[in-house]
Amino acid sequence: MTTPTLEARNLRTHFFTRAGVVKAVDDVSFTVERGKVLGLVGESGSGKTVTGFSILGLVDPPGRIVGGQILFRGTDLATLSEAEMRRLRGNRIAMIFQDPMMTLNPVLRIDTQMIETVLAHAKVSKAEARQRARDALGQVGIPSPEERLQAYPHQFSGGMRQRVAIAIALLHKPDLIVADEPTTALDVTIQGQILAEAQKLCAQYGTALIWITHDLSVVAGLADDIAVMYAGKVVESGPVGEVLDAPLHPYTNGLIGSVPSRNHRGAPLSQIPGMTPSLLNLPPGCAFRARCPRAEARCAEPPPFAEYLPGRHARCIHPHLDQAVPA
Amino acid sequence: MTVFLLRRLIQAAGVVLAMSLLVFLGVYAIGDPVEILISPEADQIERERAVKALGLDLPLWQQYLVFLGRALQGDLGRSFVFNEPALQLILQRMPATLELAFGATFVALLIGLPLGLYAGLRPKSPLSKGILAGSILGFSLPTFWVGLMLIMVFAVQLGWLPSTGRGETVEVLGMRWSFLTRDGLAHMVMPALNLSLFKISLVIRLTRAGVRETMLMDYVKFARAKGLSPSRVTFVHVFKNILIPVVTVVGLEFGGTIAFSVVTESVFAWPGMGKLIIDSINVLDRPVMVAYLMIIVLLFITINLVVDITYSVLDPRVRLEGKS
Repeated sequence: MTTPTLEARNLRTHFFTRAGVVKAVDDVSFTVERGKVLGLVGESGSGKTVTGFSILGLVDPPGRIVGGQILFRGTDLATLSEAEMRRLRGNRIAMIFQDPMMTLNPVLRIDTQMIETVLAHAKVSKAEARQRARDALGQVGIPSPEERLQAYPHQFSGGMRQRVAIAIALLHKPDLIVADEPTTALDVTIQGQILAEAQKLCAQYGTALIWITHDLSVVAGLADDIAVMYAGKVVESGPVGEVLDAPLHPYTNGLIGSVPSRNHRGAPLSQIPGMTPSLLNLPPGCAFRARCPRAEARCAEPPPFAEYLPGRHARCIHPHLDQAVPA
Repeated sequence: MTVFLLRRLIQAAGVVLAMSLLVFLGVYAIGDPVEILISPEADQIERERAVKALGLDLPLWQQYLVFLGRALQGDLGRSFVFNEPALQLILQRMPATLELAFGATFVALLIGLPLGLYAGLRPKSPLSKGILAGSILGFSLPTFWVGLMLIMVFAVQLGWLPSTGRGETVEVLGMRWSFLTRDGLAHMVMPALNLSLFKISLVIRLTRAGVRETMLMDYVKFARAKGLSPSRVTFVHVFKNILIPVVTVVGLEFGGTIAFSVVTESVFAWPGMGKLIIDSINVLDRPVMVAYLMIIVLLFITINLVVDITYSVLDPRVRLEGKS
């Protein structure tokens, strides 16, 4: 068996605030193989973004990783020094942010921001770095890249800026890209183009991709595997088709039910009752039990993250096994 | 850009014209120079001759028109006291004030930027809290008192630095400058430091606030995610962004520094424009007062223009257009 590109094992990232400990990421495990796409799904505040930042070692105080392992090609990232981590960032592991309007520095030209990334990790001349920057821009479909290099971020549209950000992420052909809702702020048509681009590039270079999103339709079209997060924990994971067709966890079930669809036109949209709980002083036991139609007394005990079907885990004591068709 | 400059020039001309009227009226309202300038023993005939010679016998509007007509030819009147062209008097003293103001601004940036940067990057360290507390002192201690203390410690007790005057000067471009000689520079240290005290505090606070705000921006996190070194993130990504507010405020403040260097110049007997204007106000030397205020107006207009242009260089999103 080959080593996966990234394997998170029981990752815990907590924020030590004055009001108490916020367990933003609390026992998260998943695996991404080379050239595969993992969709990390969840509502706002479920800990998806903090998981992404934990992988890159970019969790700012008062937050820090308090437990678990992040194995990147066998090396635990949580034990690396800041200098070692910096050699990986932008080089072997790249990240794409949510809001393309905010990720590029407004007072620096695109070429400056790209060339510095090349020079941070490769011993090449400035001309060579510029050449690479131009090629990367061309690769993500930016017309006349030579001219666009001279431009400032505000001269680009949102979609174009996200392409630039992706081009920057691709500069060193990383082994892993963490994409944090990169298409949420974009038009549907642009979103489609970016998704197609991402898929193509992964296949081309064998790059593993963690695609963080709250949009199930994006995951359905792009990902190989899916991990659903709720209140800082992965509540369900497995191959994307199986999970979406027959979810095990009641939360995943509710999430899928919340997507408006044509099949139920005219009928009231279904929704999950209640709200995401505050991550501050979360009571023990299943965090979803207050909103769960299947909740019972036993749910006050912490449920195990168990493998109910081959390759399919869920953090629930009474999963929807009835719906599931064994693969 | 050309349209922008042209527009600004026309606006500036309007401001200068309006200001000249205000200044003229204001100075007229302060008091009658005749009472101070002409000896009480002079008889009526001598008095009238003097009044006529000074042009003070005409009605106010005529005095103003005469002044305006001459001003257009570059003549802002003759000082009643020195009997020299007022403009020349002021221009002679301008280099002293300018170099003092530049020196103070330089010191403010030299000290304020690093301290503000440190305080912004490590907001919780005791040193940062000390810097911040110190900046409050800089804001609140009266300039004249700090000036006197500086003289007491460094000139009287320690004897390290001279306390008055400009020291040795060198003539460059027809003007005398102190900062080019060792002796002149030694004379400049204390007044410049004194004048910069308030500005240091201002720069510290602006820089600190800017750094704290900028550090939270996504583009800083993205820069870190690219694997850049912390120094590159701080000195390129953060620093270029905080320069925008710092340049704006320090630039606009520069006019104020020149106009109000009066206190420092008086404490250190620095022969600049500020000292001249105080002396002129005391004897109601109208032409000098008017000329001084007109020059300050021109300085402010020029500084604002320079700030606007610098701003457009620092921030690519700002474009200087003819439209306002």
